[in-house]
Amino acid sequence: MSKWVINENLCKGCGICIARCPLKILAFADHLTPKGVHPAAMTDEAKCTSCAICARSCPDVAIEIYKEEK
Amino acid sequence: MAEKVLMKGNEAIGEAAVLAGCRYYFGYPITPQSELPAYLSKRLPEVDGVFVQAESEVAAINMVYGAGSAGARVMTSSSSPGISLKQEGISYIAGAEIPCMLVNVVRGGPGLGNIAPAQSDYWQATRGGGHGDYRTLVLAPNSVQEMADMTVAGFEFADRFRNPVLLLSDGVLGQMMEPVTLPDPVDYDVNSKKWALGYNGKEKSERNLCSSIFLDVDELEEHNWHLYQKYQVMTDLFSTGEYKDFAVEEHLCDDAEIILVGYGIISRILKTVVEKCRKRGIKAGLVRPKVLWPYPAQVFERLAKTANQFLVVEMSCGQMVEDVKLSVNGKKPVYFFGRTGGTIPSDFEILNEVDKLVRPD
Amino acid sequence: MKKIFSRPESMSKKPFHYCPGCDHGVVHRLIAEVIDELEIKNRTIGVAPVGCSVFAYDYFDVDFNQAPHGRAPAVATGIKRVRPDSIVFTYQGDGDLAAIGTAEIIHAANRGENITAVFINNAIYGMTGGQMAPTSLIGMKTQTSPYGRDAATAGHPIHMSEMIATLESPVYVTRVTVNNPANLMKTKKALLNAFTLQKEGKGFSFVEVVSTCPTNWGKKPTDAHKWLTENMLPVFKLGTFKDTQGVEKS
Repeated sequence: MSKWVINENLCKGCGICIARCPLKILAFADHLTPKGVHPAAMTDEAKCTSCAICARSCPDVAIEIYKEEK
Repeated sequence: MAEKVLMKGNEAIGEAAVLAGCRYYFGYPITPQSELPAYLSKRLPEVDGVFVQAESEVAAINMVYGAGSAGARVMTSSSSPGISLKQEGISYIAGAEIPCMLVNVVRGGPGLGNIAPAQSDYWQATRGGGHGDYRTLVLAPNSVQEMADMTVAGFEFADRFRNPVLLLSDGVLGQMMEPVTLPDPVDYDVNSKKWALGYNGKEKSERNLCSSIFLDVDELEEHNWHLYQKYQVMTDLFSTGEYKDFAVEEHLCDDAEIILVGYGIISRILKTVVEKCRKRGIKAGLVRPKVLWPYPAQVFERLAKTANQFLVVEMSCGQMVEDVKLSVNGKKPVYFFGRTGGTIPSDFEILNEVDKLVRPD
Repeated sequence: MKKIFSRPESMSKKPFHYCPGCDHGVVHRLIAEVIDELEIKNRTIGVAPVGCSVFAYDYFDVDFNQAPHGRAPAVATGIKRVRPDSIVFTYQGDGDLAAIGTAEIIHAANRGENITAVFINNAIYGMTGGQMAPTSLIGMKTQTSPYGRDAATAGHPIHMSEMIATLESPVYVTRVTVNNPANLMKTKKALLNAFTLQKEGKGFSFVEVVSTCPTNWGKKPTDAHKWLTENMLPVFKLGTFKDTQGVEKS
């Protein structure tokens, strides 16, 4: 299971999460959603710290964040 | 039989509202209805009720919208210019189907007009008043007793039909003192409406919405036809159904050649005119609509077969006369006599009009 | 895997109709989180305005009234007086609250109604297509100020928080923004303070959120936050203008 889960039906491709990711590991995907936008996508999940800044910044509450339990 | 008490019309409305279970009043000062908010500002705290003097009529009607949405029996009152300001809110309330009681103690218009009694808000009252396809139930008392009784009935109608109810009064009735038998108190439960905001009997998954917006064209059309059907049900109940006797008073109409028509304070003068006519050998009768919308058209349809002519008397330049003409539907002539600007026509001048119609030479 | 972040329970599942990058969604979510955290979902009643957030009732899983333009504080007054144990909040934009509804917000605040008013200030009318608002900046070009807002004819941006803070009754008046993650968390705290004050019966609270309108500003969502920071925040200074209960110190 991923740490970073996006609901592409909610994403409007505004890019705020991409701009705010402190590790710059989010980018626009090449594919289009049914709404016709390039959704945000994770490029390097291994680096993700599950800080959730992307999810908290998302105006459409499209992102869910999980963290590995120690 | 309960004891009679001497009360002003405006105060009788206030006490009757309390007895009907109304615990919320929101208003803004305007003459000539000030006795009503003054009465309730004293009375409501005695019964753990709420009186708020709002910043404007616009705010007051929206407080009514909120309180009605939350399931309460709620009332506001005003006079003509203030009712104009409330029309926006009344339209929303009608669209969202929120029960509430509205009182218009009508004064002279247009504009600021004056503070004298008038009946020139008939169109505004019976045609909806605000924007959109909607109706308010309009009650027209002609005595202090009826002001009390119709207030109680109004709250019941409002709840039954989920619709605003307007009590259309005027400065004379509001200020008039008469003995009145007050109605029995009603124990109203604010949690009796399942659709209300904050209704406490809901399942956890349920939520309630009070709204008049239907952005989708099909949804709005469906909603408007739903409202129309409701208005049809109301029309049936007040014309041929259980409220048909509530809706209209007929006096000496069976053999009448001329039917006088008037509501509110005018109807009391017309009763005197009818008696004077009869003494002079003129077969006159009186129709007094007590409900102005839905209009008691069926009475006029029937009487158009037996009477020769109709004379509508109003304290306006002629508003209700249009409904009488629609109801009589060209079968017999309908005449009009009106005074406006605050003058109440005397029985003498109305009798003079009758004379002119009955004895044209 | 442990869930760190997901949709709050008090939000409905319905996708927002808002434009890409619009701050309404973020503020909606923060309010829903506060409702969850205070465990008041079953007794919260919202009042939606007229404007872009007219459909706010679709996005919260709580009871709602949809009020006429500018009248939300009056409607909320009626609801709260009937149901004093409920938690009532209004949600209004700058056209709704600071133009047509100026009287209603000022007097609800002045009566000290025990409600929470959330004010989204993005200096423009969004729903109707980008007209000048009472909070539009001097020189700001909009559909109805094509030469830029001119103070000589259109006056200056209205500072609602400062005005409301002059009244004696309100207990909490604050201006926040969601232009970056740190400010976003401050907005969450402000909303939590405001709803908590109401829950404790302390009185009227007002949270102004300086927000973006990327579409009508003609800016990319990410650029809109930069524009907000550089242009709006110097005019609409962040801070708390009234805190009679000392919630920010505790």
